[in-house]
Amino acid sequence: MTSTALSPDRPATSRRPVRSGRPLTRVSGLGLGVAMMWFSLLVLIPLAAVVVTASAGGWSTFWQAVTNEQTAAAIELTVGTAFAVTLVNIVMGTMIAWVLVRDRFFGKRALEILIDIPFALPTIVAGLVLLSLYGRNSPLGVDIANTRPAVFLAFLFVTLPFVVRTVQPVLAELERDVEEAAMSLGASRFTVFRRIILPSLTPAIAAGAALSFARGVSEYGSLVLLSGNLPMKTEVTSVRILSSIENDNLDSAAAVATILLVISFAVIVLLDVIQRRMVRRG
Amino acid sequence: MASHPSTRTRRGPVTYLVRLLVIAYLFLLVAWPVYLVGKNTFADGMDNINGILEDPDIVHAISLTVQVAIIAVIINTLFGVGISLLLVRYDFPGKRLLSALLDMPLSVSPIVVGLALVLVYGGRNGWFGPGLESMGFQVIFATPGIVLATVFVALPLVIREVVPVLEEVGEEQEQAARSLGANAWQTFRRITLPSIKWGVVYGVVLSLARSLGEFGAVKVVSGNVLGETRTATLVVEEKYLNFDKGGAYATAFLLALVAVACIIIVSVIRPKEDR
Repeated sequence: MTSTALSPDRPATSRRPVRSGRPLTRVSGLGLGVAMMWFSLLVLIPLAAVVVTASAGGWSTFWQAVTNEQTAAAIELTVGTAFAVTLVNIVMGTMIAWVLVRDRFFGKRALEILIDIPFALPTIVAGLVLLSLYGRNSPLGVDIANTRPAVFLAFLFVTLPFVVRTVQPVLAELERDVEEAAMSLGASRFTVFRRIILPSLTPAIAAGAALSFARGVSEYGSLVLLSGNLPMKTEVTSVRILSSIENDNLDSAAAVATILLVISFAVIVLLDVIQRRMVRRG
Repeated sequence: MASHPSTRTRRGPVTYLVRLLVIAYLFLLVAWPVYLVGKNTFADGMDNINGILEDPDIVHAISLTVQVAIIAVIINTLFGVGISLLLVRYDFPGKRLLSALLDMPLSVSPIVVGLALVLVYGGRNGWFGPGLESMGFQVIFATPGIVLATVFVALPLVIREVVPVLEEVGEEQEQAARSLGANAWQTFRRITLPSIKWGVVYGVVLSLARSLGEFGAVKVVSGNVLGETRTATLVVEEKYLNFDKGGAYATAFLLALVAVACIIIVSVIRPKEDR
């Protein structure tokens, strides 16, 4: 199936408008104006407000808020776990994509639907879902609620679709002739994978990994019930920001939020670069 | 389903091993946990479901969630189709930057979204909040704030579906229509809209799933007032933390049901369209 139902990212080759279009007419210019006004009021001005509020107190206030012991621990946990989860996703996501594209067996369609569930399921429900198998009354007998592995598990769940859905369409488009030629010349399956398949998939894997990292770093909802939000132990950055908001300390909330915004902006820029490289190749 | 029906993979032991590993992974991570929520919901028959449907506060929360989601989907569909047309068919300075910025909502933490909206529209210290409030328009801790937060998080979904379709259909037909004397509106309604119809439908279904399920951003901006601004996802948290697991499971089950239904709808209509 080349479809990307609920895909968090499309095949990067067809994503961006590459052809330049017509110049704006009067009506389309007006439309662009209205759309930009709405986009500014909804997204740009509020996000700018976060950065402005964070910088209002000067560098030292910002630095103090961010290096506060509890906040630093939360940032370290979030970034470290998101990184580890992304590594798992690179391996498992590529493997899942390979099975979905190249393998054929009864029930494959059900796997397609399973992949998309984490993307569509409300995050608070995702937490409850994981708790029912890995919480106190676990039928497996593993209770990881309120521990660091719970944070890892929650990230793993919510980031599942990203690498799969970016790699899948690229893998489906690969020409099989080259692989068959290599095999007929005596290359082993592993060599074919490493020398022929993997290089073509690398940009897609990188794009999926970037999305999965960004999603992990910004995760909140699935952790609420699962991780217990214990300070210094299982508290992630988003929870830290929320408790600052609830204590009416918006300045320090904005300072920590700026760190997250910088990470998501870096990911967006990285994706743009990767996608442009893929368009050039394609 | 298979993309290469003609070429069969030669199956070695590695193929079966990978297949087994993938199935086990997805079973333990997704299938079994999701199944357990359904099982826990119906552990006492229909009691849990009836329990939440008889509670007027929960019914209010569910209807608020549905109303907000519908408004958010309408706004995002109009905005999404419009901006996709502009991005694909027209040329203007800053197009690449705008296209990248439109993806921002997907990677911003929902808590940061909530904070950003509070900083601008908050009634006490926000940039615009006090002004709007003196005109009698409260945004934060009221329904408009919930709508804004929901629209924010689901913003890119329609655009991501419509842009590739618009690029694929090209503009020959639109040019032909225009040269035959159709005005912009006629061209859009008769030519463009029918050709991007399915892209729009997928975008709408995805936005709906995302809008019904938003939690973090809504939690920050809503104030979570029982019977007024509490949404369905907030009910799940509140019920669970107050040891009403039956109520939490039942509400979560309803939300999960809608989410899974949305996925199945998309996966059923899309392949037909592709073939």
